[in-house]
Formats: sequence, structure tokens, C-alpha cells
Amino acid sequence: MAFESGDKAKAYWSENVRLMLILLSVWFVVSFGCGILFVDELNSIRMGGFKLGFWFAQQGSIYVFVCLIFIYVWLMNKLDAKYGVREE
Amino acid sequence: MDVQTLTIIMVGASFALYIAIAIWARAGSTKEFYVAGGGVHPVANGMATAADWMSAASFISMAGIISFIGYDGSVYLMGWTGGYVLLALCLAPYLRKFGKFTVPDFIGDRYYSQVARRVAVLCAIFVSFTYIAGQMRGVGVVFSRFLEVEVATGVILGGIVVFFYAVLGGMKGITYTQVAQYCVLIFAYTVPAIFISMLMTGNPIPQLGFGDKEAGTDVFILDKLDGLSRELGFTEYTSGNKSTIDVFFITAALMVGTAGLPHVIVRFFTVPKVRDARKSAGWALLFIAFLYTTAPAVATFARVNMVNTINGPEAHGTEYAKAPSWIKNWEKTGLISWEDKNGDGKMFYSGDERNEMKVDRDIIVLANPEIADLPAWVIALVAAGGIAAALSTSAGLLLVISTSISHDLLKRDLAPDISDKKELMFARIAAATAIVFSGLLGIYPPGFVAQVVAFAFGLAAASFFPAIILGIFTKSMNKEGAIAGMVTGVLFTTAYIVYFKFIDPSANNAEHWWFGVSPEGIGTLGMMLNFVVSIVVSRMTPSTPVEVQDLVESIRFPKGSGAAQDH
Repeated sequence: MAFESGDKAKAYWSENVRLMLILLSVWFVVSFGCGILFVDELNSIRMGGFKLGFWFAQQGSIYVFVCLIFIYVWLMNKLDAKYGVREE
Repeated sequence: MDVQTLTIIMVGASFALYIAIAIWARAGSTKEFYVAGGGVHPVANGMATAADWMSAASFISMAGIISFIGYDGSVYLMGWTGGYVLLALCLAPYLRKFGKFTVPDFIGDRYYSQVARRVAVLCAIFVSFTYIAGQMRGVGVVFSRFLEVEVATGVILGGIVVFFYAVLGGMKGITYTQVAQYCVLIFAYTVPAIFISMLMTGNPIPQLGFGDKEAGTDVFILDKLDGLSRELGFTEYTSGNKSTIDVFFITAALMVGTAGLPHVIVRFFTVPKVRDARKSAGWALLFIAFLYTTAPAVATFARVNMVNTINGPEAHGTEYAKAPSWIKNWEKTGLISWEDKNGDGKMFYSGDERNEMKVDRDIIVLANPEIADLPAWVIALVAAGGIAAALSTSAGLLLVISTSISHDLLKRDLAPDISDKKELMFARIAAATAIVFSGLLGIYPPGFVAQVVAFAFGLAAASFFPAIILGIFTKSMNKEGAIAGMVTGVLFTTAYIVYFKFIDPSANNAEHWWFGVSPEGIGTLGMMLNFVVSIVVSRMTPSTPVEVQDLVESIRFPKGSGAAQDH
């Protein structure tokens, strides 16, 4: 067992899952939310030549996706170190 | 020098480069053949994954499709990038910790069942074949237009090159070749885009340029395009035709399908550590994003450009006798054609009865540099890029097919006693056979190639994704549940697609679709069904053995990950 105790293992896993769910909700909001479900509402807002909903669907969501993965990597590395389950 | 000579030089030089890399990175063991020895740096792996992922469809067809359907094309942009978030957060690190070679490996071991393994092998092979036929066709199209050789010659040439580095080099050869191919393809994609963005808006960054004003005027490009679309009887470019529910389901199917495609997942077995698997997914998406955020800009510029050249500045049509050379060039390939309906000798393009043009979506990217009057070397570069995109994806898929046969089917199932050397030999034979087979599909394309791509994603979404997710995030999911779920998901998705695409294509419209979901998006429903059936069945059947529960426990944290293990 890599963890000090079973409780630690449980705590690590629940923090991991919580982080994942938070990031996935951002993922859902920018793509399915801003880009699809609320696209018409957002299109009434303009950002330069872009209608905002259209911009989210063709540009913004992709930028957010890239950021989400790197944020995940960073936070997970911290979590691994906290629980002492980092690889050597 | 003329375009053709330049193209031969560029394509020839890129081929020489790929083969040189393949010789340098030959695979000596099954481990090197399957997962490149597990020692690829995450940035290199990210680049290779990006090249693997971006196929002829991404390079040649995507911007063209978006150009024609505007906002509706967003499903591809979000779908084919958003899947990487799922991969990075929900799959890649755990599968890397699991530490075997293939997706059927995971399914077979996690669900302690040869039946589950076989179902997974069948799905993997089917999905990969569907995909690869399209790639070979892409190689053929590029060859026939730019080098003016027969499609068959192009396919055979491309096949030989892939054969060389995939069969000799395995994953190791493929990975390093793909790094080179990524560089070629991204350069080939962005250079013309930057040129065109400069020309049309004065902004050198295409991603910003298509939200800018047209050079010398006070009108935003997108507003102009919306206006043009209205006048010509098309749907407004920034709105769409598809219903919200359909856009939602298609995007979801593409995202989940991406995360479930075996040739993408296997890339995360090739890195040294679990944290590299996470990072690698980030790099891959970053490299993919360069192309995917450029594509909608290319689409917008190309649309405006094309309408303007055909209809003329006054929008009364351009005389055919004075048509620019790209129209004549592409007429030869049959991808563009003109029929003078009103007999005025002028071409006119519109979405209503005034239309006299037939324009194939695939020419947008390939003809774009010609439409914008860019120098000949840019055109040659695009040809080399299109071929790089097709070859890199084919190689990745070939590897999945060959490992599925030699490793999953022979070594882990039918003939567990074969030696490492023999296994490697079978892997090479399988890869070679697959090349010949897919080459034939490229030369004699069955009419259904385009139809079945949706199938590949739907199937991956409805079969693998739920089984893997449940395998990682629950300990209670047992083999009965997983198998029942996969079979239900696959059968449902297959039946729906086959019905609307082949049995009764005339009924393929929103009136007949269930909940208004088109066959492209049905994989999402198949996935939901898979989840429900798996969970219900697992509640009614014996629980998972203790050693499997320990296995699940052990893949949930990074420490102790070894190199990918042989058996």
C-alpha cells in the first residue's frame, strides 16, 4: 500500500474526484453551455467582430480546454505530493 | 519553377525524412514495437499524438465543411478537441498506471473475461479499418491533383512509405516520424492561413483576423459573410441549420468517441510516468488547438473569397471566359463544375435557384492558396502537409490493427505460448496485410467510406468509453454488466446508423429521428444506454473478485507505476 492508511487513500481519491468534477463542469459550461445551449443568448453580445456564442463555439471553448488540462496536471501533481504518492 | 516540380520536391523530401527517421528508430522488441519502450518524452509524445489524431479529414475536409455550414461546423471543432479533456482527466493517467499495451488488455483484465476482450478486439479492429480507408483515399486525392498521377499510383506510393516505417519501426518508428509529420502539417496549414489573413484583414494572426474588419473597409468579415449568405439564400453563417439537440448530441458523440478511440488511448501508454500521461494529453491538445483554432478562420476567409471570385465584386457573376485558373484546374478533378443555366456566360453561386456552381467541400483547403493567389511553394507545401496528415494517422491505426491481432488475439487469447520474436513477426504480418487491404479500399473506395466515419465515433462512444470509465471509477462493475453494456451500446448504435444510412436513407431526416438526433449523434444515446444497462445488470449478478478490486485500487494513484509490462 502506497498510502499511510486506508483513510488517506480514501481522502486522496475523493479529492481527486472532486477536482475532476469541478474541471469537468467548466468543460461542460464553455462547450455545451456557451457554445450550444445558450449560443443564441450570447450571440446578442459582441466582442469586436465576433458574436460571443459563435466565438465560444469556434474558438473560446478550445482555449479553455487546453487550459483545463494544464490546470489539472498542476493541481494533481500537488495532490500527489501532499499524499506522498508521487512517482520517483 | 512550376507548382508541380515544387510539389514533387517537397513531397519527396518529406518522404525521405520519414524513412530516415524510421531507419534510425527501428524497433527490436515487442515492447518497442507496441509502446515505443515506454520512454517517449511528453512533449514529443504530445506532438506525435496530435499528428496521429489530425487525419486527412482534419487537414483537408474540416475547414471546407465549416466553410459550407458555418456555425453547425462547430460540432467538429468542439467535439474533436473536447474529448481530450475527458481523456486527460478520466482515462489517460489510470490506463498508464495499469501499464499494459492496449485497450482490449484493459477491458480483458479489468473484467476478467476473454469474452469482454474479444468484444473489445472486434470493436478496435472495426473502428480502425473504417478510419484508415478514408486516410488512404486522402493520400490518393492529394497525389492526383498535385502530381497529376492516378489515384492508384498515389495510394501505392503512400502505402509503401507507411509500410516502411510502421512495419519496421512499430510504435517507436511511428512516434518519431509523427513528430516530423506534425511539424510539416502544422507549418503547411498555418502559413497559407497567415498569408490570407494578412491579405484580407491586415491581421497576421488568423484566429483574431476573422473577427476583424475587412482590409480597407469598415465592415467586419463575419458580418459581411452573414450579409452575403442572406442575399444568396444560404443560412446565416454564424447561425446554423441543425437543431440544438442534434448539435448537442453530435458534439457529445464526437467528444466521447475521441476519448474512446483505441489509437488515441494507446498513445498514453508510451510515456514513462503517470504524470507524463496527464501532461502529454495537455501538450497533444495544445498542438491540436493550433490547427483547430486556425480552421474556422480559414473557413471564413475561404468562403468570402470564393463567393467574391465566382460572383464578382458587384455580385452579378464573373464571366466564365475570365475565370481564374484555379477554377479550371479543379474542374479537371470534377470537384468543381459550372452549368450556365441562364445562358449569360457568367458563373453565379448561391443557395437558391440562381445557383450555377457545384463546389466540393474538400477543395477549400487544397485550393485556398490558389484562390488567394499565393506563391507556388505555398501550394506545394499544402500538398506535403495533406499527405503528412493522412500518413501519420494511417500509421497509428495500422499499429492498433496489428497489435489487436498479434497481441490481443494471439498472445493473450488463442496462442499464449508464442515467443516474443514470433509475436513481433505476427504483428508485422498483420500490419502489412492491413496496409494492402486499406490500400485497396483507397483505390476502390466503397461508397460508404464517408458514411461510416460517424459510425467509428458512435461505436467508440457506445462501446469502450463506458466500459473504461466504469472500470476505473467503480469497483463493483463486473464482467456481466460490462459485456451486456458494450453489446447493447454497439447493437443499438449500429442498428440506428445502418437503418438510416443504408436500409432507408430517404427517412434520414429530423421527422423520423428519435428525439431529433441524427445518426451522427446517436452514439451519445448508445453510450447512455450502455451505462444504464451495465449498472442494472451488475446489480443483479455476482460481485467482482477481490483481486480485481485490488487492481482498481492500485491504478487510482501514480506511485509505483512501472514501465509498460510484458506478460
